[in-house]
Amino acid sequence: MASAFSAAKFSAQPFPLNHTSTTSHDSSIVFAKPTSLFLGSTRKLRLTSSSKFNLSRRSGTVDAVSDVVKQKKSKSSPSLLITKEEGLELYEDLVLGRAFEDMCAQMYYRGKMFGFVHLYNGQEAVSTGFIKLLKQQDSVVSTYRDHVHALSKGVPARAVMSELFGKTTGCCRGQGGSMHMFSREHNVLGGFAFIGEGIPIATGAAFTSKYKREVLKEADCDHVTLAFFGDGTCNNGQFFECLNMAALWKLPIVFVVENNLWAIGMSHLRATSDPQIYKKGPAFGMPGIHVDGMDVLKVREVAKEAIGRARRGEGPTLVECETYRFRGHSLADPDELRDPAEKAHYAARDPITALKKYLIENSLASEAELKTIEKKIDEVVEDAVEFADESPVPARSQLLENVFADPKGFGIGPDGRYRCEDPKFTEGTAHV
Amino acid sequence: MAAIFQGVGAAAPLSSSPSNSFDSNKSVFSPRRSFSVRKRASFAVVRSDGIVNLNPKGRSAQRLISNAVATKADSPAASSSSKPGHELLLFEALQEGLEEEMERDPRVCVMGEDVGHYGGSYKVTKGLAKRFGDLRVLDTPIAENSFTGMGIGAAMTGLRPVIEGMNMGFLLLAFNQISNNCGMLHYTSGGQFTIPVVIRGPGGVGRQLGAEHSQRLESYFQSIPGIQMVACSTPYNAKGLMKAAIRSENPVILFEHVLLYNLKERLPDEDYICNLEEAEMVRPGEHVTILTYSRMRYHVMQAAKTLVNKGYDPEVIDIRSLKPFDLHTIGNSVKKTHRVLIVEECMRTGGIGASLTAAITENFNDYLDAPIMCLSSQDVPTPYAGTLEEVTVVQPAQIVTAVEQICQ
Repeated sequence: MASAFSAAKFSAQPFPLNHTSTTSHDSSIVFAKPTSLFLGSTRKLRLTSSSKFNLSRRSGTVDAVSDVVKQKKSKSSPSLLITKEEGLELYEDLVLGRAFEDMCAQMYYRGKMFGFVHLYNGQEAVSTGFIKLLKQQDSVVSTYRDHVHALSKGVPARAVMSELFGKTTGCCRGQGGSMHMFSREHNVLGGFAFIGEGIPIATGAAFTSKYKREVLKEADCDHVTLAFFGDGTCNNGQFFECLNMAALWKLPIVFVVENNLWAIGMSHLRATSDPQIYKKGPAFGMPGIHVDGMDVLKVREVAKEAIGRARRGEGPTLVECETYRFRGHSLADPDELRDPAEKAHYAARDPITALKKYLIENSLASEAELKTIEKKIDEVVEDAVEFADESPVPARSQLLENVFADPKGFGIGPDGRYRCEDPKFTEGTAHV
Repeated sequence: MAAIFQGVGAAAPLSSSPSNSFDSNKSVFSPRRSFSVRKRASFAVVRSDGIVNLNPKGRSAQRLISNAVATKADSPAASSSSKPGHELLLFEALQEGLEEEMERDPRVCVMGEDVGHYGGSYKVTKGLAKRFGDLRVLDTPIAENSFTGMGIGAAMTGLRPVIEGMNMGFLLLAFNQISNNCGMLHYTSGGQFTIPVVIRGPGGVGRQLGAEHSQRLESYFQSIPGIQMVACSTPYNAKGLMKAAIRSENPVILFEHVLLYNLKERLPDEDYICNLEEAEMVRPGEHVTILTYSRMRYHVMQAAKTLVNKGYDPEVIDIRSLKPFDLHTIGNSVKKTHRVLIVEECMRTGGIGASLTAAITENFNDYLDAPIMCLSSQDVPTPYAGTLEEVTVVQPAQIVTAVEQICQ
């Protein structure tokens, strides 16, 4: 229940920063050490508050749980955070995300996919930690860095890879591409190229959930929506507007910030007046949580609570996951601005390595079992590439399909018939 | 039927004063039956918009024929006098259409600023919140981009929102969502998600509302692939288009006009819709085709009276569907008259008239005896001063002059 967060009260504070949420002088301390500016500033904040996690609208306090799991682990208590099955499931999902993205990079450089491709390497813990807790009817909304969100939600690797290759067997028939992964079956609502424009969509999906329960009287409708976006988006108007509406109407949504500190070449600290994004939640009347996004178990604990809150109708939560992308912004980004020391720091906190260590140390799995999983994923990814390679490219006739759900929208032609009845339409050669 | 004829006669002073302020409350105006006694024969002309949608489940009666051939005045198909009907103002007609659709389908909901408790800035949603509740008629904060996006997200997940822009101009703030998500998501998702939203609101040049509240957004939105745009101009087609738009699986932008909300008309009691893709024949004629929409229809009809007195016989078509154009009705007219005048309130540059000119030239160039003339509003921000505002939009006198010129 609220255990994850009440535990935060008791965790020792390894760092001297122990502010209450009201002060805004954090930033002065953050900038006091200019040499370690980019490495240290946004991460070493351990704020606690004395309130419980179940908050009334007004009290929105800020909690941080980064140390929770560590405490539990070090006590070597009999209660582990996950069972063996869960552990293996999480491991498999992390490895799938990593292997898939690595294959994307390969395929891109071999000229199998084009355009802007944004890879998720390093951030897998956020996707796995959150999405593996969802049901199929729950929705996920992402940004252009959406391959792994789609995979975690259950979209087959074949469908995603085909989409990237621009083949007609892709999840969007090849019409969307890397930045527009959609799946009706798995409730992946996109894939958006402009940052911030997915957040209102997610808010709308959450609104539908509430509407179904309260207007359509589907009493058991407790679908939750997760909106994933980055640190750069948190300076965008749509972010704030949706925080307001979601809190106002207590929509069943969780806003997940994947703060990887960089928006292409713009450091989060250079773009944001108050870089502590989780603090912005309480300003709108929702809890704001900061979590170590490189640790899938910590993310999972926070996610459980946030998703549970939403399911119970208690409203939205803002979760800031501190994470990092190992590769550049996209495959076209030379990634020259980031400090190699910073990269090395986070590479040492690779979420896959961390979970592997946890599983083995706690005797949840053996090396052999994990190797089996890795091999299985390799085969899945290879199969996906093969499938995508062998799939057909879209025929010309596909051009005009799907522009309108009702193709009468193309209008009435000079001959009095609807233009969509013209055979040139089905051939794709009509001029629209 | 005689009453209707007289009613139209009395409707003349729709925009009588040169300052172009009309008060349609003065007369029982039946724009649906607008016509004028033709020189050679006296027919009552009836429009084509009673056409039932191709949806086989549609309950609207197929009463009228598609190509608006003149029918006899007392033909039973030509009138709604089988039932008495009821009189409504245009905003009430919109409300009635919206309410009927909300009754019919519980997934239809409304969202916008002040649509709930306030009843809408032009009272189109008056009473709906009381009847359907605060969640179905949602008062949003002032965040157009986000609540439009929210409506689109809700549409993707099963609802059918009607999103109101308090003034169409405010929807400029929602351009991101309308262009990227509303228009594109059905396509980029490979057809997996539909977005059956209706985006509606009052636009157009009002009475000294100032530049920002007098915008015509149809020209900005017309290039967005994946959306449909319609403009209503009479209570009859307002209700019909509202209902058709809500029932459509496509995203539809419904343009209303600030100055037309108080038009009164007698509407049939039975359920009906107006086809989204069809144009409306307002007045058949022989000499010139005048294409118009929204408020300019009334300026055109006023000019038509003057023209008839001068011996001209204009054919007036309210194109209604701004995207896509009804090339059939328009084409038939061009083939008959060989002369085209477009009268619109949109700006000159890149407006609906510009697109329409291109479409007609592309498709019917061989039938034209004269270059297409297009009368649009001036490319200026609408001034506040009444005298200046008057000359930014097209006035009936200009229309008369243009027809005289084109028919030389």
